[in-house]
Amino acid sequence: MPTASMTVNGKAVSGEVESRTLLVQFIRDKLGLTGTHVGCDTSQCGACVVHVNGKSVKSCTLLAVQAEGAKVTTIEGLANGGDLHPMQAAFRENHGLQCGFCTPGMVMSALDLVQQIPDPNEQQVREWLEGNICRCTGYQNIVKAIQAGAKAMRS
Amino acid sequence: MHNFDYHRPTSLADAAKRLSGEAKLVAGGMTLIPTLKQRLAQPSSLVDLGGIAELRGIKPEGGGLTIGAMTTHAEVAHSAEVKKTIPALAVLAEGIGDPQVRNRGTIGGSISNNDPAADYPAGLVALGATVITDKRRIAADDFFKGMFETALQDGEIVTAVSFPRPDKAAYMKFPNPASRYAMVGVFVARTGGGIRVAVTGAGPGVFRATEMEKALAGNFSADAIKSVKIPAAGLNSDMHGSAEYRAHLVNVMARRAVTACS
Amino acid sequence: MADSGIGARALRKEDHRFLTGQGHYTDDINVHGQLYAYFLRSPHAHAAIRKVDTGAASKSTGVVAVFTGADVAADKIGGLICGWTVTDRHGKPHKAPPHPILAHEKVRYVGDHVAVVIADTLTNAKDAAEKIEVDYDVLPAVVDVAKAMDAKAPQLHADTPQNLCYDWLLGDPAQVDAALAKSHHVAKLDLVNNRLIPNAMEPRAAIGEYDGGTDSYTCHSTSQNPHVLRLILCAFILGIPEHRVRVIAPDVGGGFGSKIFCYAEEVVCLWAAKKVRRPVKWTAERSESFLSDAHGRDHVTHVELGMDKDGKFTAMKVETLAAMGAYLSTFATCVPTYLYATLLAGQYTTPIISANVKAVFTNTAPVDAYRGAGRPEATYVVERIVEVAAREMKMDPAEIRRRNFVKPDQFPYQTPVALQYDSGNYAKALDDAMKLADYAGFASRKAEAAKRGKHRGIGFSAYIEACGIAPSAVVGSLGAGVGLWESAQIRFNPTGTAQVLTGSHSHGQGHETTLAQVVGDMLGLPIENITVVHGDTSQVPFGMGTYGSRSLAVGGSAAAKAADKIIAKGKKIAAHLLEASVDDITYAKGTFRVAGTDKTKSIGEIAFAAYVPHNYPKDLEPGLDETAFYDPANFTYPAGVHICEVEIDPDTGVTKIVNWAAVDDFGKVVNPMVVEGQVHGGIAQGIGQGLLEGCVYDKETGQLLTGSFMDYCMPRADDLPSFKVGMIETPCPHNPLGVKGCGEAGAIAAPPALVNAVTDALGIRHMEMPLTSERVWRTIHKMAAE
Repeated sequence: MPTASMTVNGKAVSGEVESRTLLVQFIRDKLGLTGTHVGCDTSQCGACVVHVNGKSVKSCTLLAVQAEGAKVTTIEGLANGGDLHPMQAAFRENHGLQCGFCTPGMVMSALDLVQQIPDPNEQQVREWLEGNICRCTGYQNIVKAIQAGAKAMRS
Repeated sequence: MHNFDYHRPTSLADAAKRLSGEAKLVAGGMTLIPTLKQRLAQPSSLVDLGGIAELRGIKPEGGGLTIGAMTTHAEVAHSAEVKKTIPALAVLAEGIGDPQVRNRGTIGGSISNNDPAADYPAGLVALGATVITDKRRIAADDFFKGMFETALQDGEIVTAVSFPRPDKAAYMKFPNPASRYAMVGVFVARTGGGIRVAVTGAGPGVFRATEMEKALAGNFSADAIKSVKIPAAGLNSDMHGSAEYRAHLVNVMARRAVTACS
Repeated sequence: MADSGIGARALRKEDHRFLTGQGHYTDDINVHGQLYAYFLRSPHAHAAIRKVDTGAASKSTGVVAVFTGADVAADKIGGLICGWTVTDRHGKPHKAPPHPILAHEKVRYVGDHVAVVIADTLTNAKDAAEKIEVDYDVLPAVVDVAKAMDAKAPQLHADTPQNLCYDWLLGDPAQVDAALAKSHHVAKLDLVNNRLIPNAMEPRAAIGEYDGGTDSYTCHSTSQNPHVLRLILCAFILGIPEHRVRVIAPDVGGGFGSKIFCYAEEVVCLWAAKKVRRPVKWTAERSESFLSDAHGRDHVTHVELGMDKDGKFTAMKVETLAAMGAYLSTFATCVPTYLYATLLAGQYTTPIISANVKAVFTNTAPVDAYRGAGRPEATYVVERIVEVAAREMKMDPAEIRRRNFVKPDQFPYQTPVALQYDSGNYAKALDDAMKLADYAGFASRKAEAAKRGKHRGIGFSAYIEACGIAPSAVVGSLGAGVGLWESAQIRFNPTGTAQVLTGSHSHGQGHETTLAQVVGDMLGLPIENITVVHGDTSQVPFGMGTYGSRSLAVGGSAAAKAADKIIAKGKKIAAHLLEASVDDITYAKGTFRVAGTDKTKSIGEIAFAAYVPHNYPKDLEPGLDETAFYDPANFTYPAGVHICEVEIDPDTGVTKIVNWAAVDDFGKVVNPMVVEGQVHGGIAQGIGQGLLEGCVYDKETGQLLTGSFMDYCMPRADDLPSFKVGMIETPCPHNPLGVKGCGEAGAIAAPPALVNAVTDALGIRHMEMPLTSERVWRTIHKMAAE
């Protein structure tokens, strides 16, 4: 069986996997990091978004073996001890989550947006979220949270 | 997903060697992996092109651009070189899928798959691009065959796409509201080779709207093609859009693309 | 206190774990030794099963067992039940055909459960499922609700001629016909309420465990109501005693109704766990959710509304065909009857109304409650026909509504369709919404849009809903198989903190915060000192769960009653400690006081004394732990007005929502931040129904054509505007908190507002939902041709 070795949230990890094992399965089942969720099987909902080498990707559409040697960041890797990352804090302060299931993917996606556009306007945020589906919030407070999080990250 | 062997060669030659039997190439995997998950394909092995450095990158060449097959949509969309030389191509790339798809999906993978609703085929055909493989150079006109079919032979690997610089070009897309693939996408380009109007999403594969091209040759304006009807016969028809509606949208998107050109 | 009591925009206590990836959804939970279940589902909409050969699958790698409908029948496992008996117009109960947990002899929709493979890994289970050979005799299928009763339509179940589940009547159609005949004008409309797929972002999941040592079971499930699930599992399906079953619904990622019901998969996991003596886990893939979650809506309706020359409504007649799907889901029967026809008065004083509802079986997934459940269907009928009436009478759409509103001095108002509205101020909501939407400026915006070649339209929706369905005695008389009260327990700890246990269930609504606000406000505790516990039948008292916007109105009221009991007992303890008479003790915000003195005891001191009763009243039990069960006197009636403004691109038919103003009356609001979030989400779902979403089955084959997010159009961030949300407050007069409920309002209000706006923009009578760009374009195209 092949081995997948990568750095996840700053820690070197390695595990035997089948070639067909998806990155999200590796993260959830092998590493026990269950903050990354699976909400669909057609690569559209974005609940599984993580960062691979600094870019947001859908971990349900990537084989674990394809992430060999990569630097992976999941939702569990953001908070610094008890302190929420400014983007996480902004989601809380702006009620940008309800059931919480899409939230990890939303936050990870938002962080990639802010890397590219440090001060996104409402339309830019809405368009960026094309790959993240939320059924609870109507997106309004997610958009608000991302703009607030971006602002907090700038200061 | 059925299991398979996985290879990640670091050279093109090694990749070609691995391509035997029921092996399949994987570039960005944005179509292939969902297909495997649904058990709609059963390759014996996957040959991942992600480890071959020479397949990546955007180079100015002969006034135009050569884009490596493994260059991602995001890289094309954000490339200063592309924005300078063929801004319409950057716009096209920025509209493919969602940000996460753009971070993984590649130009080589997209054109090799030749999904009838993919964006790139329209860009390649309208711009008169050339597809470069490990064996030969193929004009875009000859490359795209029918639905999910290309001129690629077994074991042939796309390495790059070479684009001439157009005088003017623009891409307009009407996305499927659910999948966000192109329900209709029209790429209009004026190059040394004349004016081309290439349509994706509407039919079983990319095609040129030649009547529009003729009309635009005489008068490059949206009004010139307003009355040029695209026949609905043979166009795609599904619950998101009938052939008739798609035919109408081709005209609307073409006019908008022409307007965006000037 | 000010920042966390009733009315405060308190930040949510549950958010930290969700934001850091530390939530525990069912699929996040793994039990030692667990196996994985994978269901083989029917590829046919209607077929007889000739033979199921599981031989090769049973021998496949890692397979522990393969079960089919024959095994279920051999074990005498009961079928899934429908918990509400509707009595038809002839006094007979609805038809309730068997609903086996694994199909036996016949499959009746694409996705029907045929067999289950239990294996050591999910991939091994799936590999094995491919080896099961099923010999089907494919039968003709009917998926269209309007065709289910046709003479040539195939019959799904024995003993259900014309696929008719029930033919139900409310009111007197003859009397209504007579009134319509005498009316100045009668507006008529045929409309379809499109079928929807709920798509909570967390797919359903279950883990069944059996402990042979104690002969007991544990079931983790993505349920909105774990006690009700336990009751159904035990008393109706598996025949095991309730005290030996624990149902846990941990963090649940959205429900919208679809997780109220008892489904085959969780029953199979529990049953199989005992058979294989290992825990069995199942998690739906999204494509399975599309096929097998209970769908929503799917009505075809004819409505007639009579009015006098001033536009005062005289009578309304409604005839509806409602799809039940292939089998009856848990509460399917009550949705198009008691949750629908009883709301047909809307906010208006229409004096007589009749409704005839025929419920039919079709070869589709079961249909049941989905956000709003019956009330969106009623509101759509009422607000569309009122709009058509206004246009035909050449009246302003706001004015015709205002003229017919129930007035503030008419409450309590008895409608002709059984309900008695308790409070409201409909004209005030309309006035506020018109201001918020800048209705006065609409004409100039429309003219400006026309200059840009765009069609602009505006649409109203004055909705009412009935929440917190109750009281138990009434719903019982209408056929409910359960009571509809709620429970709460407050366990005060000796050190002054408290746990609040509720029988309601949060799957996104924020109960851990809002119930803590209610109890904290009453007991003088900051919300940080309160933990709300829900979702575990072994921890919380029997409760009815969360649906129908009931949690605060019913569950919150139960918590308030429990807090009252804590205070009452606290007074006795305080009287003893302060050497005063109980009648002289006053209580406010966590402090007991001898009236008119500075002699006080804090609630923390009282709690300590209750658990360390060294100096304590002789006749009083120690401890500070109180339980209350609250059965409401009536429904609550949230209401409001939503105004939608759209701009249509005639070239493409694309509708853009450019403005949305909502003014809602939810009674007293505990946490405005949470309430606004509920309104946003509800509107988004309503816009989804109106503009984007529609479940489509192939009319011939019965295949689900919208079986993934590639084809079923979920609302995304760039489909929606930012909504302007306002509120008015007329407290509910009959519950202790004065609250009404807010979870479904947006989904109820939005569809007619949107359709009214688009039809206004185009100058047409009606268009069916979803208002896809092609439908809009075709309408414009047709009008241009004419």
